[in-house]
Amino acid sequence: MTNYTLPALAGHRMPNRFDGAAMLIVMGLLIALVEVGRTTIGTPIAQIQNSPIHLDPAWLPYYALRSTARMFAALVFSLLFTFTYATLAAKSRRAGMVLIPILDILQSVPILGFLTFTTVFFLHLFPGRVLGAELASVFVIFTSQAWNMAFSFYQSLTTLPADLQEVARSFRLSAWQKFWKLDVPFAIPGLVWNTMLSMSGGWFFVVASEAVTVGNTQFTLPGIGSYVAEALARQNLPAILYAILAMLVVILLYDQLLFRPLVAWSGKFRFETTATLSGPEPWMLKLLRRGALFRAIGEIIGGAFAAIFRLRLSLRQPGRVDETSEPSRVVDGLWFLAIAAVALYAAWQIFGYVASTLHWRDLGTALVMGVYTALRVAVLMIVAAAVWVPAGVWIGLRPRATRIAQPVAQFLAAFPANLLFPPVVLAIVHFHANPNIWLTPLMLIGTQWYVLFNVIAGAAAFPGDMKEVAANFHIRGLLWWRKVMIPGILPYFITGALTASGGAWNASIVAEVASWGNKQLAAQGLGAYIAQATAAGDTPRVVLGVAVMSCFVIVFNRVLWRPLYAYATRRATLG
Amino acid sequence: MAMDQQRLPLVTVRDCRQAYHKEASADLVVLDHVDLTLQEGEIVALLGRSGSGKSTLLRIVAGLLKPTAGEVRWRGEPLKGPAPGVAMVFQSFALFPWLTVQENVELGLEALGVRKDEREERSEEAIDLIGLGGYDGAYPKELSGGMRQRVGLARALVVHPDLLLMDEPFSALDVLTAETLRTDLIDLWMDGKLPVKSILIVTHNIEEAVLMADRILVFSSNPGRVAHELRVPFAHPRNRFDPAFREMVDEIYGIMTRRRTPEVHTAALAPNPFAHPLHPVGTNLIAGLLETLSGEPYHGRADLPALAAALQFEVDELLPLGETLSILGFAVLEEGDIQITETGRRFAEAETEDRKKIFAEALRAHVPLIAAIRNVLEQRSNHRAAAVRFRDQLEDHMSPEYAEETLRTVIAWGRYAEIFEYDEEAQQFSLEEEDEEEERARAGEYRG
Repeated sequence: MTNYTLPALAGHRMPNRFDGAAMLIVMGLLIALVEVGRTTIGTPIAQIQNSPIHLDPAWLPYYALRSTARMFAALVFSLLFTFTYATLAAKSRRAGMVLIPILDILQSVPILGFLTFTTVFFLHLFPGRVLGAELASVFVIFTSQAWNMAFSFYQSLTTLPADLQEVARSFRLSAWQKFWKLDVPFAIPGLVWNTMLSMSGGWFFVVASEAVTVGNTQFTLPGIGSYVAEALARQNLPAILYAILAMLVVILLYDQLLFRPLVAWSGKFRFETTATLSGPEPWMLKLLRRGALFRAIGEIIGGAFAAIFRLRLSLRQPGRVDETSEPSRVVDGLWFLAIAAVALYAAWQIFGYVASTLHWRDLGTALVMGVYTALRVAVLMIVAAAVWVPAGVWIGLRPRATRIAQPVAQFLAAFPANLLFPPVVLAIVHFHANPNIWLTPLMLIGTQWYVLFNVIAGAAAFPGDMKEVAANFHIRGLLWWRKVMIPGILPYFITGALTASGGAWNASIVAEVASWGNKQLAAQGLGAYIAQATAAGDTPRVVLGVAVMSCFVIVFNRVLWRPLYAYATRRATLG
Repeated sequence: MAMDQQRLPLVTVRDCRQAYHKEASADLVVLDHVDLTLQEGEIVALLGRSGSGKSTLLRIVAGLLKPTAGEVRWRGEPLKGPAPGVAMVFQSFALFPWLTVQENVELGLEALGVRKDEREERSEEAIDLIGLGGYDGAYPKELSGGMRQRVGLARALVVHPDLLLMDEPFSALDVLTAETLRTDLIDLWMDGKLPVKSILIVTHNIEEAVLMADRILVFSSNPGRVAHELRVPFAHPRNRFDPAFREMVDEIYGIMTRRRTPEVHTAALAPNPFAHPLHPVGTNLIAGLLETLSGEPYHGRADLPALAAALQFEVDELLPLGETLSILGFAVLEEGDIQITETGRRFAEAETEDRKKIFAEALRAHVPLIAAIRNVLEQRSNHRAAAVRFRDQLEDHMSPEYAEETLRTVIAWGRYAEIFEYDEEAQQFSLEEEDEEEERARAGEYRG
């Protein structure tokens, strides 16, 4: 199993003092988005009338198609964003100073929190038209993919091998040629892997973003998510089961037709000097590579792209690198001043926006709610570790079990967990259980698989000679776990746990409130706080909740996960 | 080789200097006062140790790097960027792993905007010339090292450069493969089949330089300078076992060790313990060489080229080792020979524990950096010191890479000699527990 480091974990290049400014700028931008939507394009909030959602399962294939189309639209935007934003951040030192911390903050903002801001913005951009709602939905999916992809691309660009860069320069490739001959191919393995992981996570948000209510603005787009929402409202259990089934089919197709072939294909671009044995070729890739018709089509498309990539577009001829010159301090100083000014302006705007409606009391409430949710996340991580570490190790040490379990775990991680909520909610309602406790596991349904498949990968990659050493010296029981296996899989476990905890925070927004027909369940927590403020159209409280949640996530990442990951990789590698 | 003096030289480099600015202290000078003229029709070798700046000079000639000071002219015109008539071959081959052999070779032509049919024709020609026919569709990772470097060569030749730059082109290959590639290249050159006018090759391998070049520029390190220029009078094909050939190799060995010896002495006596980088030479290697030297058939004295050949070392590996021995006072380098000292012999004959003691004495006496670290540790009440303070002091005098390497070496030596301990997690030096206990016991005695 290929295992790339999550971008969020890899070393942090930029100084942290930009983080504060980045945080302010991001929040300021989000508020500005709402204001632009509200003020420039007509104040009256138009109701978008859509055709009602049919619960007849015959409609499901059509809905599934619409949901999938949204996913791919978002993917196109994410790729465009990745190629421009990350390139700018990597090629310009000064731009990178601001862009990378902003990306880091954006990555920590709960994705469903964007919904409030973007819904208002896009609906007012195209008043009375479905396009606005479609774009709002696509944008949510975009936010679940783009940051991760951009980070991965940025990291590849900053680690381009020096000798290949010299080849490109000494053969005088134009900037455009170099981008497609060197930059993109070098980034492909990491980019494809991160894209596929993001897309897997994206199904969750496809489902969550189709039927949306923000205050008295609401829309329902044809899709599986809306189908489920409608089924929930009408208390139709069979319809929910149909939806789950349809989603299983969609994910299976996505997994077989896209995920596996693409990841296998990207192996070609891996930067290594020796040919390594790879697993069996996915059947889809085999079909594309061997089938005469597909090959002919592929060659025509490939040839067209190659011709475009060969164009000698360039702003200037590549010159000599002056390693001894130092960046101008004056320009740097001006640049810092400009950043500080924008951050201050953003702070002032945020203050103005929030102060008119919010009290310090509200901040206190949000923080307390945050602590509740943090407790939930912490307990869930411990439970997930206790269950999935032994299971993952057991599977990972058995190659046959790994071959079966690994794709299943990846498949389950892609399945949108929010489709599984209704049965649980039904049970809670039926048994009158305490929602504060029993809604909690919902947050983990979708994200626990990241722990499992990372642990499996770790155990499977555990060196054979070390296993033999352990057996030879009769190292067993607790000692074996403490000295052999846990240190061996720690970096993998942390990668998985970080993804899972980030996912749990995100899921809290939909998991801490649930409904069945007209029965509303809500747990105490920041997720519920944001969800309720969103439903009420209370933008200032959404801003507050989202900001507090972002802070919690950032603090968790900085204080816990990154140092842990650095420690684990330092300890677990020789040399 | 007769040269047409009327024609413009291909490249002229005048008074070139490359230095990196350091905030705290003097600039770090990589190249200083370097002059170089390349004529058409000659092969010139830049010979020097790693870190002598010869690769930097190659990149300056290639137009990849802008020198801090000095003038670079290409066919009489000032060089402003990578020149169209220059192509480079890399030590690491630098092939694009996602392109096939043919696509790799065509890269330079695509950059020039050459049309498809001409690209194919010319790449085919270069691939056949360099003996790669039949490999067109293969990916680099399917090829052996020698074949990969052939791709690197074909990629450079396909653009028909006037000047071929080669940066240690054969040093990543095994001895036999390297020899084959060298001979093939020289044969093509002699037959006039290479579409190039001149070759500039960077190498640390003395025999390679004498085997290939018409002219050898010997570089000295710290800062990099052209210390010697030699003309190689032999006709191709050259014979390594020809006495005149051997004599020239010996002579260059002499030059390269002679240049270093005085510096080594100043290093040992220098007042500033942070001013001189140490070679990353392990204690096992030191012990191994001393044992070899004191035993059969050397009896304490060896000719460096012969020793290098017997141990299958390159100059680049043997010279730092010899210099380290001479810094520690275990051996003396003179005129291409290495002679073991009395201390060196004692070390070679001692058992493990005694070896550690002899090594510790040598370190305290001859390596001021070790003494300085030990001093700081003894003065501190908690007997601890962060590595970063020593690294910073080293970086005032050398590049961060050398500082890191020197610090690593000192840590390894100090640990072996049990002069101090080092905690990697905390990045901290400390005195050994035993020492501390002893000291505490002593303090107790005083009190009692």
